Order: sequence, then C-alpha cells, then structure tokens
Amino acid sequence: MRKILIANRGEIASRIIKTCRQMGIKTAAVYSDADASMPFVKQADESFRIGEAPVNKSYLNMDAIVEIAKKVKADAIHPGYGLLSENAMFAKKIIDNNLQFIGPNPEVIEKMGDKITSRMVMKEAGVPVVPGTSGVKEIDEAKISAKDIGYPVMLKASGGGGGIGMVRCDDEQALIQHFSSTKNRAKAYFGSEEVFLEKCIENGRHIEVQIFGDLHGNTVHLFERNCSVQRRNQKVIEEARSPQLSAQTRERMYKAALDAANAVGYVNAGTVEFIVDENENFYFLEMNTRLQVEHPITEAITGLDLVKWQILIAGGEKLPLMQEEIVANGHALEFRVYAEDPKTFYPSPGKITTLKWGEDHLVRIDAGYEEGTQVTPFYDPMIAKCIVSGENRNECIERAIEFFKETRLEGIKNNIPLFNDILRHPDFQTGDYNTNFISQLLSIKK
Amino acid sequence: MKEITASMAGTVLNVLANSGDEVSEGQAVIMLESMKMEIPVEAESAGKISEVKVNIGDFVNEGDVLITFE
Repeated sequence: MRKILIANRGEIASRIIKTCRQMGIKTAAVYSDADASMPFVKQADESFRIGEAPVNKSYLNMDAIVEIAKKVKADAIHPGYGLLSENAMFAKKIIDNNLQFIGPNPEVIEKMGDKITSRMVMKEAGVPVVPGTSGVKEIDEAKISAKDIGYPVMLKASGGGGGIGMVRCDDEQALIQHFSSTKNRAKAYFGSEEVFLEKCIENGRHIEVQIFGDLHGNTVHLFERNCSVQRRNQKVIEEARSPQLSAQTRERMYKAALDAANAVGYVNAGTVEFIVDENENFYFLEMNTRLQVEHPITEAITGLDLVKWQILIAGGEKLPLMQEEIVANGHALEFRVYAEDPKTFYPSPGKITTLKWGEDHLVRIDAGYEEGTQVTPFYDPMIAKCIVSGENRNECIERAIEFFKETRLEGIKNNIPLFNDILRHPDFQTGDYNTNFISQLLSIKK
Repeated sequence: MKEITASMAGTVLNVLANSGDEVSEGQAVIMLESMKMEIPVEAESAGKISEVKVNIGDFVNEGDVLITFE
C-alpha cells in the first residue's frame, strides 16, 4: 500500500496520518469548508476540498470521495469512525472501484449494522443477547411485548448506534409517549423507522472487547474496555482493562467476543459491546465494525498500533501476533474533551482562544483542534482525547488529576470540570460505577 | 416577543407549532439538531405565531429567524 485516502476529519484523520507516515504510506485528506484550517488538512500529504460544511454535502458524499481517491491514485480508503465508517454501500462502492476498504466486508457491515439481524446472528452463535423482540410495528404490539419482557424496557432504532435513537421506558405510559417519536427519529437519523424492544439492564456496565480478524481465518481479542462513564448514552471516560470484573467473567467475555467474530467471519478491527449486570451476567449489545474512538487505551496497555494492524490486514497480511503473544500491561484511562456545557451537555461551539495541555509526557493527546482554531456547530463536539497510562489504575487517576489541573482550555465551554469531579469521586476511585454514574453525580450536585 | 431566533447553527429536526397557534411560555416550538444533539427551542413568552419560517431538514445559522409572532 502506497497511498491511503482518509474519509474522515479531526483527530481521527490526524491519528491515521501519523501511522501512515511511520509506515511510509502517503496520505490524502478531504475536508469541508468549515474544516479548511484544521490541523489534519495541513498534516496530510495532499488535501482536497470536498464540499460545504454540513456532512451530507461533504463527508457523506460517497461519490465525491471515491472520485478523489481515484484521481490521486490512492490504493485504499480508511473511513475512521462515525460518518461513512459503517456504511455498507460506501464499502461496496470503494471495492467496486478497485480500491481497498480498510475494514470488514460490506456484507458483515450490513448484517451488524442492523440491530435486529445482529441480535439474531449472535443468538444463533450462542452469544447471550439481552431479552427482547424483533421489529415492532404498532404500539399495541409493543405494549404486549413490553409486558412480556417486563418494564423498564429500552425502545431502540434498528438502524441506530452510538447511543442515538434509544429511549428508556419505565412503564406503559412512557412507551406510548415515546413510541412514535422514536420511530420518527429513527427514520430521520437512520433512514429506517424500524424499532424494537429490549429489557433494560438496571445498573449495567458497558464493557466491550476489541477483536481483530484477518483474511486467513484467524481471530484474536485485545482485552476489554470499560466505557460506563457516559452522558446521553455516549461515552466520556473509558478505561482498559475494566476494574471490578472477575477473571472468569473476563475470560468468558473474550470467548463470546471471538465467537461473535467467527460467526460472521470477521476481518479487520471490530468491537463487541456488552452490557454487564450486577451479577456479572453479560449480554451482547452491538458490534462496531470499525476502529473505536477509544482504541488508544487498548494501544496503551498492549503497546500495539491498531491502525497499523488495520492497514496490514487490509493488505492481505496475517495478524501480526497470535493470541498468546498479546499481553496487557498496566492501565489506561481516556478522557473525551467535549466542547459543551459540563452540566447541561449542550454543545458550545466557538473559538479556542487558549489551549495549554498539562505537562506529562506520558499523557497521549489525540487532538483534532489547536489553539486559535474554531469549533464549528456542524460536527461531533469532541475536540481531543487525553490518554493517561500508568502502572496501575491509582497512578492513572492521580496523574490525570495533575494533568487537568495544569491544563488551560478557554474560549469554549468544556467538560474538564466534570472530569475533576469524577476523578475525585470515591465510586470512580474504587471502580464501582455503572452507566448511571454521571446522571447520579449531577443530580446530587443540584 | 416578536420572533424566535436560532441560538446555534443546526438542522431543523422537527417543527412543533404551526402558524396561528397560541403558544405558552416555555413551550418547545422547534427541535434543532446540532453537534449530534437535539436542542429544543422554546418560546420565551406566550403569544400567537404569525409565521413559521423554517421547514424540517432546513439548515439554520445562529441568529436566523425561526418563528415570528403577531
């Protein structure tokens, strides 16, 4: 592989460029009008304007992206995460144009992108799934199913993902209230109004397993990440490996994740997300058929470069390491710095007037923005990820506190004050927290 | 109150009121989507809507007029 086009923006585009450079691979970036002065545009060997700021006029324009890739004679396209990364049609288009898609094949993306289908596939493969339904069309049908499952239930969009298009219903009244709006939202966001119901796992933890497969039929896992610190069903802090998880459950989860990967003949990087209840029962939630935002914490504990693995595998190579050669050392925490109000979580676009990170050379900073750049309202509010690694969890927490104490970020509202509260909270310090953690923290402070 | 403007650039996800409607203070009249978040736009005071200036799917910039009042 000599040249890769990156169909993404911000920190993940910069991240991919870094590995390509180390591997001696040239990079081509695409950017919207709003991103013309972003760091990734300057870092790539070549950069091309792709369209206006809204994503449907730029980063989601598949034909324009493929055209540029062909024009610059790229060998492959890396989709990053979000945007077109889990779009089977995009992957197919790339392959049909004799380019390589750095990810799994389109059939697998499609199968795992539909939550109802993926639940079915996993059930057949013997992977435990949350009790629930297939697609429900009418409210009457939903009411009967919900009663069978038992409240509270989660009402979810079949095409949903990334925490969007799901709502918790505590009783029948709530189900009636949310049913049609969730369907409309599913239609607006994901193009399909299909919804289904799942039992709500109370006080659940979100724990996911990183997997990799190659074209030669080998699969390995790269341990787990705990991503339970969330706001609006989206991750804020992740850690590898998970605290407060028994060795037996851990091993059972790795095996289930590999069963899931093998059931679909998975190739390239993927993540199997589970919800884990208070008794360490775990259930398949969804499979992300791409690189995850939080992949750096896995890199921190394994010492591996996951983007490099992705590129090697897409090029037809075997997995660089066998399962027994992959070892986890130490601990890592990732903090997603969002341009948003730390209490209401409303986005806060604007100009970053000051950005001085704390001084700790062991903290990895994957930033999409720099001092003087503008956070526009068109994209995800994440401006950077700070990855703190250390010999153990306590060391990571202490170092993170120091790091954020020294960090200065001004011009936009951001969630660093929230990190400070979390890092000092006894439940976070002992690792005894679940996905309700942030909402409980904020309701106490009110 | 003469009009409601967008507090932030984004896409109009839903229009929750029509021309001629009487709305009360704090009532959500439009749902905007910005930076992957749904943001309800509320009426600052009660009044009768003269015109809804946007449609579902429209992209609006900060300060654009969304709704005018009689």
